Amino acid sequence: MNTVEASQSSDIPTAVAGLSRPPKVMVTKIGLDGHDRGSRLVASFLRDAGMEVIYTGPWQQVETVVNQAAQEDVDCVGVSSLATDHLLVPKLMRALADAGLDDVIVIVGGIVPDDEEQMLKEAGVAQVFHPGCSRADIVDGIAELIVERRKKLGE
Amino acid sequence: MSEDRKNTTLGNDFEAARDTWQDAYAKHLPNEKPRRNRSGIEVKPLYTPEDWSPDDYMPDLGFPGAAPFTRGIYPTMHRGRSWTQRQLIGLATPEDYNARMRRIVDTGATALSMIPCNSVYRGYDIDEVDIEVLGTCGTTINTIEDMETCLEGVPIGDMSVALNDPSPFTLLAFLLGVANRRDIPWSRISGTSNQSDYISHYVANHMFFRLALGGARRVFVDHVQFANERLPMWNPVSVVGQHMQQSGATPAEAMAFTLASAIQYAEDCQARGLDVDTFLPRFTFFFDISISFFEEIAKFRAGRRIWARLAKERLGATDPRAWRFKFHAQTSGVDLTRQQPLNNIARTTAQAIAGILGGLQSMHTDAYDEVLSTPTEAAAKIAIQTQNILREEAGLTDVIDPLGGSYYVEALTDQMEEKILAAFDEIDAAGGMFAAVSSGLVQDKLGESSLDFQRRVESGEQTIVGVNAYTDNEPVPVTPLERPEREAMEAQIAKLKTFKAERSNADVEKALAAMARACSDEGLNVFEALVAAAEVGATHGEMCACLRDELGFGQPLIAA
Repeated sequence: MNTVEASQSSDIPTAVAGLSRPPKVMVTKIGLDGHDRGSRLVASFLRDAGMEVIYTGPWQQVETVVNQAAQEDVDCVGVSSLATDHLLVPKLMRALADAGLDDVIVIVGGIVPDDEEQMLKEAGVAQVFHPGCSRADIVDGIAELIVERRKKLGE
Repeated sequence: MSEDRKNTTLGNDFEAARDTWQDAYAKHLPNEKPRRNRSGIEVKPLYTPEDWSPDDYMPDLGFPGAAPFTRGIYPTMHRGRSWTQRQLIGLATPEDYNARMRRIVDTGATALSMIPCNSVYRGYDIDEVDIEVLGTCGTTINTIEDMETCLEGVPIGDMSVALNDPSPFTLLAFLLGVANRRDIPWSRISGTSNQSDYISHYVANHMFFRLALGGARRVFVDHVQFANERLPMWNPVSVVGQHMQQSGATPAEAMAFTLASAIQYAEDCQARGLDVDTFLPRFTFFFDISISFFEEIAKFRAGRRIWARLAKERLGATDPRAWRFKFHAQTSGVDLTRQQPLNNIARTTAQAIAGILGGLQSMHTDAYDEVLSTPTEAAAKIAIQTQNILREEAGLTDVIDPLGGSYYVEALTDQMEEKILAAFDEIDAAGGMFAAVSSGLVQDKLGESSLDFQRRVESGEQTIVGVNAYTDNEPVPVTPLERPEREAMEAQIAKLKTFKAERSNADVEKALAAMARACSDEGLNVFEALVAAAEVGATHGEMCACLRDELGFGQPLIAA
């Protein structure tokens, strides 16, 4: 999964230009914490890059996220975590798989210690974005993952 | 700059020398771009008596301990009493918290702080949420018994207690219950309801307990009234600019929104008929200290001056203690970087110096590894020693307001004051802070400023060492991190079940019914009913659920 290297310079519109419909990303926070500065910023980065963004706000339940991901047919679920809510992501991965949404890309952004990043990757998270990542790191990283997903889906 | 000052004649020598310097400067730096601080104020390369003159000394500055308090709120400032070193502590179970707290008490600490688990912040008991996250950010305190365990062997009648305790203040209720059990009169319970600022939670970090805004407003005033009448040593209000700035507000905006919230709270209390000279001296403030060094110092100096005027002129307080702008400050975590994390010690040091020179009363310095994980004990120790070094070795406390009279700092204080007042007036024009957050005005401003700062980082206008400049490819060191053991949390949940089974459920139901009644009767005090419920064994989650049912369920305005 984790073969996509974030690039500083790639041209977003070109990366997604060939797609039949714009990339669709859900930006969410699951669990207890409400600090949303990061998720709001990332949501606006993705929108500026021409992606369709569903922003849920904080405090979402895993089940709600899965249901919404299915209904909205998203390419990617981005989970923002500041205060340890990333520990719930393996639960989210299992719930997505149970709902037949294994092909939905899951990325995590925020404060994630290294050993737990490994745990998230093993659970199937495509990429973890840490504080200090640039807009380009995030936008390009997600765009490339989505282009790859669409290819696999034959779109 | 006042008109008078512009007309002050500094003499021909001054003007000739100034012109010579200006020419030389322009010759060396012909194409220099204007520099702006985070609040958007253009910063000049040099400040002179043209920018600030001692003629304005008395109206603008005066002396420490006297209005307008620009130079400090006490006559002796840090010479007489150093700031309080108030590091936040929150650990997994009440037993874990108690063990850590007792080690701290043994070292002579006279203040304690308590950070509850995020489940508590959100208004739930530990058996209502995912076990994976329990106790990872704070202590799981759900009952009076948990509080008793936390405070075993801790002399609560002789300590200042800072509770991170958002509305409806269940931790304070548990604390008062423990005091009763120990026969300690409430008149000896001293400390602060940190996180009482429900507006900052609503707009900035959403860590309140999901009570609708109107309900939070009701419980807030009840809690202030209760403290006024029953808890003479308790500060029920801490207005939190830190949340605003952490979530994106510029320093000037953070100060403006905080002052606007304080005015909202004070006017709500006055509308209830509370006496301003009784409640206002017990208002405290809590700010972020970013690394924008002089800007932060000017922010604090301007804030003191504005508050003194507002307290006196707008709120009509006559007790000078009510004019004093007492504040705690925390070095900003937003400025810390994951890259080259030891650099954060230097950042925290610079921030802490700004806070000290800004005249704070209490300080928390961030651990350098905060951006990697929940801070380790070793990193937290460096953070505390940073404060000790600055106080004992660097001589920062020798002189009160040592930057007072600096042309730059005084001019910047004036400019920050203007910026703050402009943002404050905008909130006032929107009907005050309650109306402005209900409509989303404040949230929009936070979002814009946060994006704006991000753009400055991306364009390179704002350098961040190790991130967009002076980078290297060294891997970020792996930090070993201890999460609470699942078994410990399972045991804690079992303990809660036992507690519920052993208490008198009839008493609890009666007490919760009394809380519900208080919610619909303006003549009753909801917080007083909550204190009674806590004492007979109502849990945190039960009390929050009762208030949610009665006063409405809150959700943040969602905007991105």
